[in-house]
Amino acid sequence: MSTTAVQNTKWWNGGKSPFNLEYGKVMMWYFLMSDAFTFGAFLISYGTIRFSTNGWPDPNHVFSSYPFKAEGSAAAPLVFVSLMTFILIVSSVTMVLAVQAGHHQDKKGVVRNLILTIIGGAMFLGCQAWEWTHLFQEGAWWGKNPFVNADGTHATTNFTNYFFTITGFHGFHVFSGVIINIVMLIMTLNNTFEKRGHYLMIEKAGLYWHFVDLVWVFVFTLFYLV
Amino acid sequence: MAHQYNAETYAAVKKEIWKITWILSILTLIELALGYWMYFSHATMSHSMVMFIKGTILILMCSKAFYIVAYFMHLKHEIKNMIMTIVVPLMLFIWFIISFLYEGNSYKNLRNTYDKHLQEQTTIKVEEKHQGAAEKHETNKTHEIKTEPAHH
Repeated sequence: MSTTAVQNTKWWNGGKSPFNLEYGKVMMWYFLMSDAFTFGAFLISYGTIRFSTNGWPDPNHVFSSYPFKAEGSAAAPLVFVSLMTFILIVSSVTMVLAVQAGHHQDKKGVVRNLILTIIGGAMFLGCQAWEWTHLFQEGAWWGKNPFVNADGTHATTNFTNYFFTITGFHGFHVFSGVIINIVMLIMTLNNTFEKRGHYLMIEKAGLYWHFVDLVWVFVFTLFYLV
Repeated sequence: MAHQYNAETYAAVKKEIWKITWILSILTLIELALGYWMYFSHATMSHSMVMFIKGTILILMCSKAFYIVAYFMHLKHEIKNMIMTIVVPLMLFIWFIISFLYEGNSYKNLRNTYDKHLQEQTTIKVEEKHQGAAEKHETNKTHEIKTEPAHH
């Protein structure tokens, strides 16, 4: 964007904001970086345990159901989780569109895209609630693992412990994101940002929401695909 | 901030957003196709082929992460110093991933070498699902259990 103007500016000579970013946005970035380390620690711990165990359940077998699936019909791995992934990607897109609408003082665009983002987040949470309920009814929970390893040997409870802890932590982030977006929507409707003259708050909420999508990219791949 | 916003940049930015959306969707579809490929031909597929596909999926995952951070989170358009303060600390993950996974694998190999009992235990096939586990877990009512063990 303004990169061409940036090239010859001496940002560290004083009198300027060296990152050319608002304080709150810089701090949101550093919060997200610390959150990335938290999720990274979870996922690396999961990887370490998986590498140190002789067998591991086959995700295609464990996650092979979807709502209203007829009893005895063929297993459908990856179908439901793909739907969840696309819901989150689309909600991320509507969030970027809301941020861009805010840049251009387009209140109607902000409201419309924020509502779509909130709906997407709620849909994702609904899907996750269904999946957790389904797995619980199959006998899976923290400390309980009804599934056997891919090679047919007895599995430890590490699989379910990591699954519920990490998707639960991610789901909690999605939930917080939906709450934040609802607050943003109310503030927009109350003309708070209009009076302030800028929509920078939406950008910070947007950063958080994209981070939630980013974490799901890793969770989706590492738990359901590989 | 001296950003100049007008209808022209608004349209251009929107176009870029949709382009990234397509890239993310296509990468996800490729990931899914690879996942299904592994699922449908895992019986005939060699171990190194499975590892190769999984590696490809992990590379696609990282490129998706790049597109989200660079474009959706706008980091690519920030000042270089700002990018560095985020990206450089995250490079610790390179060491984390290599060393921890190596360590986990080494622990597995050591146990299999020196704890033969454990190695035997983890190669016993559990025939009927949930039955072998029934002594260790209080298995919940599962529609897949067909016969209860007789010695209950």
